[in-house]
Amino acid sequence: MARVVFPDHLRQHTNGTEELTVVCDSFRSLVRKLDSDFPGIEEVLMKTAVAIDGQIYQDAWLEPIQPDSEVFFMHRIEGG
Amino acid sequence: MAEAVDLKAIGTRPVRPDGVEKVTGRANFGADLNLPGMLHGKILRSPHAHARIKSVDLSGALAVDGVLAAISGKDIPGGGDLGDNVLANEKVLYDGHAVAAVAARSAFIAEQALDQIKVEYEVLNPVLSIDDAIADGATLVNESQHTNGDTSQPASNIAAVTKFERGDVDKGFAEADAVAEGEFRVPTAHQGYIEPHACTATINEEGKATVWCCTQGQFDVRSMTANCLNKQVSDIRVIPSEIGGGFGGKTTIYLEPVAVKLSEISGRPVKMVMSREEVFRATGPTSATLCRVKVGAKNDGTITAATAWLAYEAGAYPGAPVGPGCMSVLAPYDLENFRIEGLDVLVTKPKVAAYRAPGAPQSMHAMECAIDDLARKLGMDPIDLRLKNAADEGTVAPYGPQFPAIGLRACLEAAKVHPNYTTPPAEGQGRGVAVGFWFNIGMQSSAEIRIAENGAVTIMEGSPDIGGSRASMCLMAAETLGIPYENINAHVGDTEATGYCNTTGGSRTTFATGMAVIEACEDIIAQCKERAALTWELDVDQVDWEDGQAVPKPGVNADVKPLSLADIARSAGRTGGPLLGRASLNAQGPGASFSVNWTDVEVDRETGKVDVKAFTGVQDAGRAIHPSYVEGQMQGGAVQGLGWALNEEYIYNDDGVMENAGFLDYRVPVTSDMPMIDTQIVEVPNPSHPYGVRGVGETPIVAPLAATSNAVRDVLGFRINDLPLSPPRVLAAIDENE
Repeated sequence: MARVVFPDHLRQHTNGTEELTVVCDSFRSLVRKLDSDFPGIEEVLMKTAVAIDGQIYQDAWLEPIQPDSEVFFMHRIEGG
Repeated sequence: MAEAVDLKAIGTRPVRPDGVEKVTGRANFGADLNLPGMLHGKILRSPHAHARIKSVDLSGALAVDGVLAAISGKDIPGGGDLGDNVLANEKVLYDGHAVAAVAARSAFIAEQALDQIKVEYEVLNPVLSIDDAIADGATLVNESQHTNGDTSQPASNIAAVTKFERGDVDKGFAEADAVAEGEFRVPTAHQGYIEPHACTATINEEGKATVWCCTQGQFDVRSMTANCLNKQVSDIRVIPSEIGGGFGGKTTIYLEPVAVKLSEISGRPVKMVMSREEVFRATGPTSATLCRVKVGAKNDGTITAATAWLAYEAGAYPGAPVGPGCMSVLAPYDLENFRIEGLDVLVTKPKVAAYRAPGAPQSMHAMECAIDDLARKLGMDPIDLRLKNAADEGTVAPYGPQFPAIGLRACLEAAKVHPNYTTPPAEGQGRGVAVGFWFNIGMQSSAEIRIAENGAVTIMEGSPDIGGSRASMCLMAAETLGIPYENINAHVGDTEATGYCNTTGGSRTTFATGMAVIEACEDIIAQCKERAALTWELDVDQVDWEDGQAVPKPGVNADVKPLSLADIARSAGRTGGPLLGRASLNAQGPGASFSVNWTDVEVDRETGKVDVKAFTGVQDAGRAIHPSYVEGQMQGGAVQGLGWALNEEYIYNDDGVMENAGFLDYRVPVTSDMPMIDTQIVEVPNPSHPYGVRGVGETPIVAPLAATSNAVRDVLGFRINDLPLSPPRVLAAIDENE
């Protein structure tokens, strides 16, 4: 199961949950699973960057997630 | 990934394709467009930092001969905070906040008409600092703002709090043999682009608008303008001009919806150009910050714990770059125990906008000063202390993920043996070291490659060129196609001439749009192989592409001459029509960039003036496509960072009115202030890019702040925590300490 970590600023949407494990094979399936557990979180996560196994994505919708993947949600990065 | 030794075009330094137009003055910038019947738009701005708008009466302005339109906040119906920033509705939230606008036959008439607009204000208390904003009983900038949206708590000027934590901080500090800590303030600074914001808009009877403007992102201007005016993006075409500097400040909009609306009402094109004073008072600078940091280490230099409390001014609306500030503050270090807390704080000042590596210079200034103090306490070389704790491939970054291949250690090692570092500072001078970091980003890009009948190549892409990117696109195309750089030109298209590209910023363009250009070139190569196969009556898998020519693969028995791109283009009509390559992608894996800077300074103890005598920047570029433009980014970022460290700051009076809204009083560095900015490019290729590119434009501004502070600490023997290190501040500190 993939390990999913929420930073502090997202925990208001996860009832305080910091970390959980999820069975999923893609970022899309992860988000849908999370939205069923935490209704409304999909909209928030779509505005958030994510790191999957160390690689940072601004939009990871179709990215695969392995059973041993680590998924970290994080602030979206912009720049000058 | 191509090995460096195989590269022919990449790494060379040819003349830029837009160079002649710029040095001859022919290039068109934002304010250069003039249309028949064009009107001039001007904006009435608030004289108050915080006030409720009780009424706006436009009738006086409309009665002025030559005025054809006047609008106020209610005419910008959408956009939320963005629309309210473009033209205020219920409250003005900073000195210079736009309240109303007119369009007239001349700029002079428009200025006169502004004087006839009557605005009734209820003046409120300004909120001018983080300390004031977060104090108990503080005046609220926005009465409906709750921290992190939690309406169970009272309204607050703290729009958001973010935290990162790992390990046991108390245990870590207990294990430390030395601890350094401090409170550091960094002032508001402006990007200081030379070209003020400017646009011209026209709209026809079908409601289709065209906007010409200087911007870092024509597609974002389109969507933001449409949003403010409740229009569809397909109703608006945005044509970007050349850009006279942006540095993040031209990633948002101020004038465009106003110009479109004035054009809609008047039926004429409307041109709007900000004055320098308007740029300072009403466009987004970057955040002023208050940072409290602490770091501890063992005698061998191993950092055992660190904490950072980081408060960032957002300006009038939420959205300070405190998230990236938190994520970057400890990014250079491999740590077991840390705690980071960041606050996004509303104040009655302009809404902040991006500025090179948004958020990183401020937080890293604080931490890199503390690291310097720690090195002194431990008696270690500051580079050795950083090498001892440097993040590397596999290090878990403070914000969660593991770093892939990164170049921090390579930069530190290059710095340690650099002759500018092994040579001690001259007598009377002090030296300071700091490291910089930026994440870099990828995102969406498109590119087309068009081949003319003679084989000349035109790249059409949608990323405004703010740092020589057209030259880099041409070099990557030359490398991929195997043809001379001189046969290629690159153009930045408008929103209807090219495919979608995210805004230029975050150091994404050479990485992401470059990838699109490379893929579009590969599309061309595939088509050329097909055309050659048709010509030679071979199967396409019997054809190779080598050195810009189609050739039969080894072992294929064909008595044919190689076909160049020009040969194939000349006969394209017989083999299927014009050659047109294209690619669109959402680029992933931009690859973080690190830098090491050191600077030598002198301090005049009678005047407090700090002179930078030498500055060296070492930075990982992944691979430098055009080394001159990488060096240019490093030098430009360094100078902006030095200006922020030494002189730049917004000065407000007690009423919240900006008192230094011009380049005479807001002092950016000039050439005579600066030494030669020496650079060394380190290349640790980014495995996610075909040629190894990492973004380079953000990182160079990060480390100069702390490097300068640390150098002044070195020469004075005591630390001045706050920036800028301007003569009055330095002189006061000398008087206090001596």
